[in-house]
Amino acid sequence: MNSIDVRHLTKTFGSFSAVKDLSFLVPQGEIFAFLGPNGAGKSTTIKILTTLLSPTSGEVFIEGKSSVTQQNEVRKSFGIVFQDPSLDDELTAYENMELHGVLYRVPPVIRMGRIEEMLRFVELWDRRDELVKHFSGGMKRRLEIARGLLHHPKILFLDEPTLGLDPQTRSHMWQYIVALNKQEGMTIFFTTHYMEEASKIAHTIAIVDHGTIIAQGSAHDLQVKTGTASLEEAFLALTGDAIRDEDATSTDQMRMNMRIRGRK
Amino acid sequence: MSILYQLWLRQLKRYVRSRARIIGSLGQPILFLVALGFGFGPVFQKAGGGDYLSFLAPGVIGMAILFSAVFSGIEIIWDRQFGFLKEMLVAPVSRIQIMFGRTLGGATVATIQGLIVFGLTFLFGFHVISFAFLPLAILFMFLIALLFTALGTAIASMLDDMQGFQLIINFLVMPLFFLSGALFPLQGLPAVINDIATIDPLSYGIDGVRGALTGAFHFGLGTDVGVLLVVTAVFIGIGSYLFSKVQI
Repeated sequence: MNSIDVRHLTKTFGSFSAVKDLSFLVPQGEIFAFLGPNGAGKSTTIKILTTLLSPTSGEVFIEGKSSVTQQNEVRKSFGIVFQDPSLDDELTAYENMELHGVLYRVPPVIRMGRIEEMLRFVELWDRRDELVKHFSGGMKRRLEIARGLLHHPKILFLDEPTLGLDPQTRSHMWQYIVALNKQEGMTIFFTTHYMEEASKIAHTIAIVDHGTIIAQGSAHDLQVKTGTASLEEAFLALTGDAIRDEDATSTDQMRMNMRIRGRK
Repeated sequence: MSILYQLWLRQLKRYVRSRARIIGSLGQPILFLVALGFGFGPVFQKAGGGDYLSFLAPGVIGMAILFSAVFSGIEIIWDRQFGFLKEMLVAPVSRIQIMFGRTLGGATVATIQGLIVFGLTFLFGFHVISFAFLPLAILFMFLIALLFTALGTAIASMLDDMQGFQLIINFLVMPLFFLSGALFPLQGLPAVINDIATIDPLSYGIDGVRGALTGAFHFGLGTDVGVLLVVTAVFIGIGSYLFSKVQI
């Protein structure tokens, strides 16, 4: 069975098509990398796969359930680590986990054991009672992974999970994730700008640009296809050298303002 | 049920942990009690209005609740900017539950804030006729809190960032407060002001608190409760609808 089944997915915002007639399959237990330059439609696709946005046309099935008509079943079946932190900074690590467990209806008896297991897994159990706002970027990421796994999802979505992390933390994180994939057969769907990560970890790589998949296969396949020596070169050969600009969102602007204020 | 409880609890934990916010938000009510209460007291007395501080105190309690409640609702923008809203929206929980849990939590926090200010008013010489109706006063405080948290949620659902926040404070929250009968009696007003005060839901909330604590209702107990319940229901309905349309 396929974990993710996307059929002719299109998403338009006004006259702009973020995603155009996108179709792909991710079999269960696969590690799937979704790569593309900024503005290629990666985030929009992830938002649709995770029910945050509804498609303009086309269909998405997650573990065989429709992302539009069976939202609750779909939501139970995946865990997600977002591109930006999505923890409540004013709560402790444990409280963040507990709130998640309640939202996903993990029964109280199982919940406590599972929270401990997951926090130990990401090596944060000793710091469970600290407020998240005192955590470093890497610790927050680990906590988010632990939280995303709390309800035993069948699929884990990771949207640029290693952005801004040092090489040690990145390497650790991928070790956890690969281990989960091997031990529990969990399907992993991730985006990243670090080509060597995708090359090393992903079974299948899809390269998207302008809202549609332009190439798909293993890192080796893509290199052979483009006659290049690395995934990075293959990626550039497929998507071109031009730098893509994304409009700054109000969130980016606010973060910037906060940073400026923080320095004063 | 446990989902509502946890979302409610989250708001309370956040409140208890932000001591700076608790203390900071008491500054304005104290300033009003000192400047207006003591400043206008003698004039009010001479005009035959009686003890101004006892008249003003329920208004200032209402003010504290109004600001705290609207702010709690607006905090959704904060959750959106800092990502936690996404965590709630991808969870297998209906938007209505999220909205209710948050609104109840925000309203509870605003009510506590109102009770703290209520405690402070005694330091300034607030005379309560009888404490027998204290539960009624608290009920009114909670209704004000619920109504304006729902309003804040509705507004926050339409905004993407905090840029519009100042606009809302100056053109909605301030007028709601100043034209509500919090500061002056609603008798013998110019027709325009009287009309505005009559459509301002806060007028009924403050009238209810004032009536319960000092015995003097302007609109009457039944009218106050009825208007507040209806307007609260409408705002919760609008807030739920707008929140259900939020996209990230």
